[in-house]
Amino acid sequence: MLHKIKNINIQVQSAMGFEWLCPQGQVASKCKILFIQKMGWFTSMSGRIEPRACEASLACTTCHVYIPHDYLDKLPPSEEKEDDLLDMAPFLKENSRLGCQIVLTKELEGIEIQLPQATRNFYVDGHKPAPH
Amino acid sequence: MTLKVVKAVRRTISSACKKNLQVCIVGAGPAGFYAAMHLSKNVQNVNLDIIEKLPVPFGLIRYGVAPDHPEVKNVINQFTKVAKQPNVNFYGNISLGKDIHLRQLREHYDAVLLTYGAEKDRLLGIENEDAQNVISARNFVGWYNGHPSEQNLKIDLSSKTAAILGQGNVALDVARILYTPIDDLRKTDITECALSSLAESKVRELYLVGRRGPLQVAFTIKELREQLNLKNCQTVWRENDFDNIEDTVPHLPRPRKRLTELMLKSFKQGNVLDDCSKYKIFKPIFFRSPKKFLINTDKQVTGVLLACNKLHGDNWVTQKCLATDDTEILNCGLVFRSIGYTSVQADNELSFDNGVVPNDKGCVLDDNSEDKLAKLYVAGWLGTGPVGVILHTMGNAFQVAKVMCDDLKNVKHDKRDGFSAISRIMNSDQIVDWNGWERINKYEIEQGQSKGKPREKICNVNKMIEVAKCNDMLIE
Ligand SMILES: Cc1cc2nc3c(=O)[nH]c(=O)nc-3n(C[C@H](O)[C@H](O)[C@H](O)COP(=O)(O)OP(=O)(O)OC[C@H]3O[C@@H](n4cnc5c(N)ncnc54)[C@H](O)[C@@H]3O)c2cc1C
Ligand code: FES
Repeated sequence: MLHKIKNINIQVQSAMGFEWLCPQGQVASKCKILFIQKMGWFTSMSGRIEPRACEASLACTTCHVYIPHDYLDKLPPSEEKEDDLLDMAPFLKENSRLGCQIVLTKELEGIEIQLPQATRNFYVDGHKPAPH
Repeated sequence: MTLKVVKAVRRTISSACKKNLQVCIVGAGPAGFYAAMHLSKNVQNVNLDIIEKLPVPFGLIRYGVAPDHPEVKNVINQFTKVAKQPNVNFYGNISLGKDIHLRQLREHYDAVLLTYGAEKDRLLGIENEDAQNVISARNFVGWYNGHPSEQNLKIDLSSKTAAILGQGNVALDVARILYTPIDDLRKTDITECALSSLAESKVRELYLVGRRGPLQVAFTIKELREQLNLKNCQTVWRENDFDNIEDTVPHLPRPRKRLTELMLKSFKQGNVLDDCSKYKIFKPIFFRSPKKFLINTDKQVTGVLLACNKLHGDNWVTQKCLATDDTEILNCGLVFRSIGYTSVQADNELSFDNGVVPNDKGCVLDDNSEDKLAKLYVAGWLGTGPVGVILHTMGNAFQVAKVMCDDLKNVKHDKRDGFSAISRIMNSDQIVDWNGWERINKYEIEQGQSKGKPREKICNVNKMIEVAKCNDMLIE
C-alpha cells in the first residue's frame, strides 16, 4: 500500500487549483489518465490523486470527479463517509467519486476522468497545464 | 527586520522596472485567500495586500468551523502558502470603515476586493427577542471558538431544557457542542472558558425547531449522522412529523434521499429509553415557527410560543409553509437563534442592499464611481449572501478573481502606491503582519500543548498584539 510515502517531485498543476501528487514507491507503474475538460489534456502518473483543500481528509469535495462506468468496478466501493460528503458536491451523478480517495493503480490505466461542470466553471482559467 | 528590508528593496526594484499593480483585499477569510491565490497565480507584477479587522487571519475557518472538525481547517495550510508568497502581504488589525475608509483604499490601489463576510445574526423580529438567554447561534459559536468580540457572551446553561431555532448545519454544530462529552471536547481547540461553562451545563433536553418538514431540513447528512451517533444521547422524533414521508423517498434526488432515509431509520428505531437519566435527549421538531418569546419578571426567557404550520403543495421543493391558528408552547430556559446571517455596511460609501453588496459577477454596482477611484469588487458571503460551504465560497472567489484578472490588464490610471500610502494615513504601530500572526500561532500552539489541545487561542485583541509584537526570544 502506499500510505505516507514521500512524494517525489512530479507535480501536475491541474486546472482545479490543486496539485496531483505522485508518491514514489511500491506503486511504480505509470498509468495514463485523461482529464476531460474544456481543452482536454493528458498526463501520465502513478500514485494517489491528492488534492489540497482539506488534504484528502474527506471534508471539502473540491476533488469531486466522474469515473467512467467501466472503471467504477475497479475501484474499491466508496465508504459511508465519502458518500455523505459526495452528497454535498454540486452536480452529483451516480458515477461521482471523491478524487482524493482514489488510489491510482495499474488497473486504472487509461482511465478518463471527467470533472464536474461546476468545477470547470470554477477553475478553468485558460491556464493550460503542461503535458508530461 | 532585515528580511523586511530585503522584501521592500526587492519590491522597489521590481516596481521601478515594471508597473506593479496594487490590489487590496479586505477580509482574510476563505474568499479573500482563494481570490489572492488565483490573482497571484494569474496576474503578473501584482502586489496583493490582505487587510483584516482582527490581528489574526482565516475568518470563519478559525471562528466558525466547529472545534471538533479539525480536518475542515486544513485549508489553512493552503492559505498560509498563499500568504507566504513574496508578493502577498497580510495586514491584520485594520478595520475597514474605522481605521481606513473605502475611498482611501480606492485612491491608493488599482483594484479593491471586499471579502469581509456576513458577521451579523439575522433576527426573527418577534416579541421579547432581546430577553436574557435568547442567544444568537453565531455569537455562541464565536464564543466557544474564542472570537475576541464574543468573550463577554452572557449565557446561562443551568436550564434543563433548551431550544435551537433553525435546522441548518450551524444549528447542529451548536447541538453537538452542547452534547459532546466534555472530555472529548478537551482534545479540541475550544477555549478553556467555554470548556468550563460547558462542563457545568445542565441541558438534558434539546429541541431543534424547524419551520418546515423533514424533507426541507437544511443540515446535511454528515452532520446529522454525527449527532445521531453521539454517546449518551438519544434522538426522539415526533410521531406525526413523518407522515407520508416514506412514500416520497424513492422520488428524491440522492442527497435528499439518503438524508431522509437516515432520519426515517432513526425515527423507526424508536427510542428505548430504559433509563432516561442516562441520556441527554435530542428532539428535532418540525412545522413550527416561533411567534414570541415568553419571559419572566426578570426578563429571562421561559419558553417560546410556536405557531403550527402546514405545508401546501405537492412538490417538496416548492412546498409553501403557512401558519395555522394552532399554537404550542415550548417551555425552555435557553434559546439559540440559528436562522442565518447578514452582512453589515462597513463603509458609508459602499452600496449596500438587502444584506449584501449588489454586484454583477463580483463587480460592485455603484453609480457614483469616479474615474480616479479603483474598481471595486466583492466576493464570498458579502457578495453571495451567507449561503454555502467553503467549496462554494472558493468557487465564487475564483470566479470574481478571474474577472479581476481581465480588468487588471486594462488599468488606465497612474501608478498607485498601495500600502505605503495607507500606513501613512493610519497609526501603523497597531498593524499585525504575517510574522506577527506566526508568533501568535506559535504561542497558541505552545499554550495548547500542556493541555493536550492543538492550540489554546488567545481571545483578547490586546494580548494578540502583545504576542505579535514580542520578539521570539521573549516568548520563550
Ligand atoms: C458557524 C459556521 C460554521 C461553518 N462551518 C463550515 C464547515 O464546517 N465547512 C464548510 O465548508 N463551511 C463552513 N461554514 C461556511 C464557511 O465558513 C463560509 O463559506 C466561508 O467562511 C465564507 O467566507 P468569507 O471569506 O466570505 O467570510 P468570512 O470567513 O467570514 O471572512 C471574512 C473576514 O473579514 C473580516 N472582516 C469583517 N469585517 C471587516 C472589516 N470591516 N474590515 C476588515 N476585515 C473585516 C473578518 O474578521 C473575517 O476574517 C461555516 C459557517 C459558519 C457561520
Ligand atoms: S480533498 Fe477534501 S474531500 Fe477530497
